[in-house]
Amino acid sequence: MEIDRLDGRTPNQLRPLACTHNVLNRAHGSASWCQGDTKVLAAVYGPKAGTKKNENPEKACIEVIWKPKTGQSGKTEREYEMILKRTLQSICILTLNPNTTTSVIIQVVNDDGALLPCAINAACAALVDAGIPLKHLAVAICCCLAESGYVILDPSKLEEQKMKAFVYLVFPNSVLSNLPEGQLTVQGEPMEHGIITSVTQGAMPVDDYLHCLERGRAATAKMSAFLRKSLQPKLPID
Amino acid sequence: MGLPDSSGGLLSELDVDAFRRLFPLRFYESHLAKSTRPDGRPLDKARDTSSALGAVASADGSALVKIGSTTMLAAIKMEVMTPSQESPDEGCIAIEFHMPPICSPIVRPGRPAEAAPVVSKQLSDTILSSGMINLKELSLISGKAAWMVYLDIYCLDADGALFDAALLSAVAAFSHLQIPVVSMNDEGKVVVMSEENEGGKEPVNKEKRKLTLCSIPFSLTCILYKNYILADPTAEEESIMETLVTVVLDSSGQLVSLYKPGGSVLAYTSAIQDCVALTRQRVRELQTILDEATAGMEVD
Repeated sequence: MEIDRLDGRTPNQLRPLACTHNVLNRAHGSASWCQGDTKVLAAVYGPKAGTKKNENPEKACIEVIWKPKTGQSGKTEREYEMILKRTLQSICILTLNPNTTTSVIIQVVNDDGALLPCAINAACAALVDAGIPLKHLAVAICCCLAESGYVILDPSKLEEQKMKAFVYLVFPNSVLSNLPEGQLTVQGEPMEHGIITSVTQGAMPVDDYLHCLERGRAATAKMSAFLRKSLQPKLPID
Repeated sequence: MGLPDSSGGLLSELDVDAFRRLFPLRFYESHLAKSTRPDGRPLDKARDTSSALGAVASADGSALVKIGSTTMLAAIKMEVMTPSQESPDEGCIAIEFHMPPICSPIVRPGRPAEAAPVVSKQLSDTILSSGMINLKELSLISGKAAWMVYLDIYCLDADGALFDAALLSAVAAFSHLQIPVVSMNDEGKVVVMSEENEGGKEPVNKEKRKLTLCSIPFSLTCILYKNYILADPTAEEESIMETLVTVVLDSSGQLVSLYKPGGSVLAYTSAIQDCVALTRQRVRELQTILDEATAGMEVD
């Protein structure tokens, strides 16, 4: 049942995470996010006045531009832009700055698997760096499913190609609150168990997907602690 | 017309259409509270679906699919190509989804619709990862010739659940597909045999004129709004309540895709399971619709 991973990780082990803020001088907010050899740079410009056509001017608009490592952006990049845009829309408080546009620019530096989750984490850190009002943070993870129903987390590019299916999941981070524990549950589940975004590729039994959900939730708890820790020094001490 | 003194007064003076436009969410909420929708459907019911095969005579396979008023036209053209070095005994499928300005007021001529490349990518991911088509079947002569399948889907009327309709039309077009007869010409190239130049040449693929479709994928899009789940949304519903979940299951019950691109409502395990259950029902419906369409073709 055990699967040996090429880099000697255990199935649940993530690659080393690294997050740096304020890496770009001209951007209003920026961050770089590394998961092993996958590295993404995110920059945020805005809020700028006015919204684009076909957007609701009563709300803030978010624009995502995805730049691949090499070459022109194609269908994959368009899809990533759309997923990222909708994901960020769900965590931003859009009613606070109506009729403005915030641009998020994603530059892929290196792709070694789990690219979209890495970009979502980077964009989220960059939004915080730019001081865009957010409801909560989003934490993204990639789960890979082997033929035998075995789940491994945060796969590298090679693992992603070898496996029969993979799932990208985005969850809200756990909220620190003064309220008693019971307040933050919805339908008997804690708020951070709700899926913001789910993208899958490859066929799998439904039960295996639910299994991936559980494993993803457990892993994002760790990642959300890391994200919180890396953002902490920026906050003024109360 | 006198100015109403309070919002209550304003509401009582509005007629239904104006209320629907001004307060779309409240309009929908008052319907949802009664477990119904403005078009008279219960929450978990999909719109009437129909499919007609062979809508484009010049294509090798085609289908016209309607889900409510969402209309998709899918057509397949096949060409002989030299397979790539990495996979010498496999053919290739190229899927393109088009949204011409005819389909919706949001699409403007000259400017491609934002949704089109996304649906295109989603379709090819779903069709290729479902394993519906065995690419080896598209091979003619290993390393020399294989089929290049061009599947084009045109959206004629975009009234919500675009992906569902597009996937159904793609599947229907593949089930209608009749592979053209090819033969080897004097220079050793594989060419499509036309009616007049049959000239005694032996066709390469005499028996195999149909693709075997195993595990056909079917999909259902649902809207999550508060605790409600609305199956098969219209364009109006999609624009008002923004959280969409698309579940794709194949005929053997495997999950091919669970696609939720953001949205303000979080999906908990119970909601996911409800969506999957609704999709299971829908798969059965769609399977019968597709079977009836193919049976209708065989009678003709």
